Amino acid sequence: MSTKDFDLDGAWRLHPSVAVRPERFGALLYHFGTRRLSFLKTPALLDAVQRLDSSESARAALAGAGVTGGEIPAYQRALAGLAATDMICERAS
Amino acid sequence: MTATLLDEFELGLDAPICLTWELTYACNLACTHCLSSSGRRDPRELSTDECKALIDTFERMQIFYVNIGGGEPTVRSDFWELVDYATAHHVGVKFSTNGIKITPAIAQRLADSDYVDVQISLDGATAEVNDAVRGRGSYATAIRAMENLHAAGMRNFKISVVMTRHNVGQLDAFKAIADRYDAQLRITRLRPAGRGAETWHELHPYPEQQRELYDWLVANGEGVLTGDSFFHLSAYGEALPGLNLCGAGRVVCLVDPVGDVYACPFAIHEQFLAGNVRDAGGFERVWRESELFLDLRSPQTGGACTKCSSYDACRGGCMAAKFFTGLPLDGPDPECVKGHGELPLAAVPAGSTPRPSPDHSRAVPVTIGRRPDRACDTSPL
Repeated sequence: MSTKDFDLDGAWRLHPSVAVRPERFGALLYHFGTRRLSFLKTPALLDAVQRLDSSESARAALAGAGVTGGEIPAYQRALAGLAATDMICERAS
Repeated sequence: MTATLLDEFELGLDAPICLTWELTYACNLACTHCLSSSGRRDPRELSTDECKALIDTFERMQIFYVNIGGGEPTVRSDFWELVDYATAHHVGVKFSTNGIKITPAIAQRLADSDYVDVQISLDGATAEVNDAVRGRGSYATAIRAMENLHAAGMRNFKISVVMTRHNVGQLDAFKAIADRYDAQLRITRLRPAGRGAETWHELHPYPEQQRELYDWLVANGEGVLTGDSFFHLSAYGEALPGLNLCGAGRVVCLVDPVGDVYACPFAIHEQFLAGNVRDAGGFERVWRESELFLDLRSPQTGGACTKCSSYDACRGGCMAAKFFTGLPLDGPDPECVKGHGELPLAAVPAGSTPRPSPDHSRAVPVTIGRRPDRACDTSPL
C-alpha cells in the first residue's frame, strides 16, 4: 500500500495475530501468521497504534498520541507500511 | 534501519528478539560442519517440565518465537508436546530438522498450524554435494520431507542452506527447489564452530565466491532469508537487507540442551557461556545480569577495523568466526571482503585455535544394529 492510499480517516485496528512488546525506542511487533517482525521506532507511534482500536480514525489515534501538523505525513507513511504487511488492518466502524 | 535503532540494539534489549534453543545433542546424522558437535544425547538434558518452565519464562519476557534446533530436535520423545505447549503460550516455534521424522501425518499437522514453521536443512542442491557434508542418504531424506510438506499443503516452509565452496554455484538450483515445493530459501554463513571449526578451512567459500554470493543476494533481495548472517559482505557496498549487526547477547542468544546460555548459536564455547537456566534467577537473570552479556552490550572498540572505510557497514564481522579461527575479537573477520583477515589468519600457529567445547560427537559412526556401549550412545531414533 502506498502512503497516499492509506486512509487516515478510516477506522483501523491492530491485526488480531499481532503481539506488541514495548521497548525504550518504541516497540517490537510480531505477526504470528506471517511470522514477520516490525519495529515501531518512536514511543508516539506505539501510542498511536495502541489507540487505533478505540479511535474513530487513524487521524484521531495520531492526535491522541500527540502527533499533529507537520509530523503527520511521516506517521502516515509508517502506518501505510504497517498496513502493507498486515500488522494493522481496516476495521468495520 | 536508522542508526539510532541499531545503537539501541547494540546496547541490548531487556529480552531477546528471538532465540535459538537446541533441544537435544542427539542426532541421527553427523554433519561435518555441525555447529553444536552433536551426536550423543547429553544425560543432563532439560526435562519436559524444565522445558515447559523455560517456555513460561519466554512468554513472560514476550519472546515472540524460538528457533528450535539440535541435534535433531524431533527425536526427543516430548518434542510435539513441547511445540504444542509453546504455541499455546504465545511462543511461536520455528524448528530445524533434517526431515527424518516429517512423515505425511506430521506434515499434515504442521500444515494445519499457523504458529509452527519448519526449516529443512539441505547443504547441496544435488545428493552428491549435500551428502558429502551431511551424510549418505540425507539428501533423499530431506527431499522426501519436502514432498510430504508440499503434499500436505504447507506453504512457505524454509529450506535452510549453509553456504560452502561446493554449493555457492548451486544458488539458482536451490531457488528452483524452493520454488518447486512452494518453500522459501534461507541461506546462512558457514561458521567455524563446533565440528565446523575443523572443516571450515576446506569448506568456506573462496574470496571470489563471496562476491558471487553477495551479487546473488543483492539481485534476489528480500525473497531469500539470511538470518542476517552475511552482514560482513555489506562491505562490498550496498547494505544487505536485515539488521547488519552482531546480535550476540544483545538481541539474540542460544540455550543449549542442558540449559547453558551462550551469546549466540555459533559460539558454543566456555568463553561465550553466560550462565545456565537452572541457576538462581533462571534465564531472565542470565539475560539481564550476566557479566558476559553486559560486556557485549558495552561500547566495543573495533580495534584495527575502526580505521577501515567499511567499518560502519560490516562492524568488524562475526565474533565467533574470529574466535574459532584464532583471530583477535577486535580485529578483522577471517572472511573480511577487503582481505584484511588473510594475513592474520596465515599467522595463526597451527594447532593453536580454540577447541570446540563441549563435544557430543559420536566416537565412531553409528551403524544400525551396533550395540550401544552407553545409554547416551543409543540411536535417538
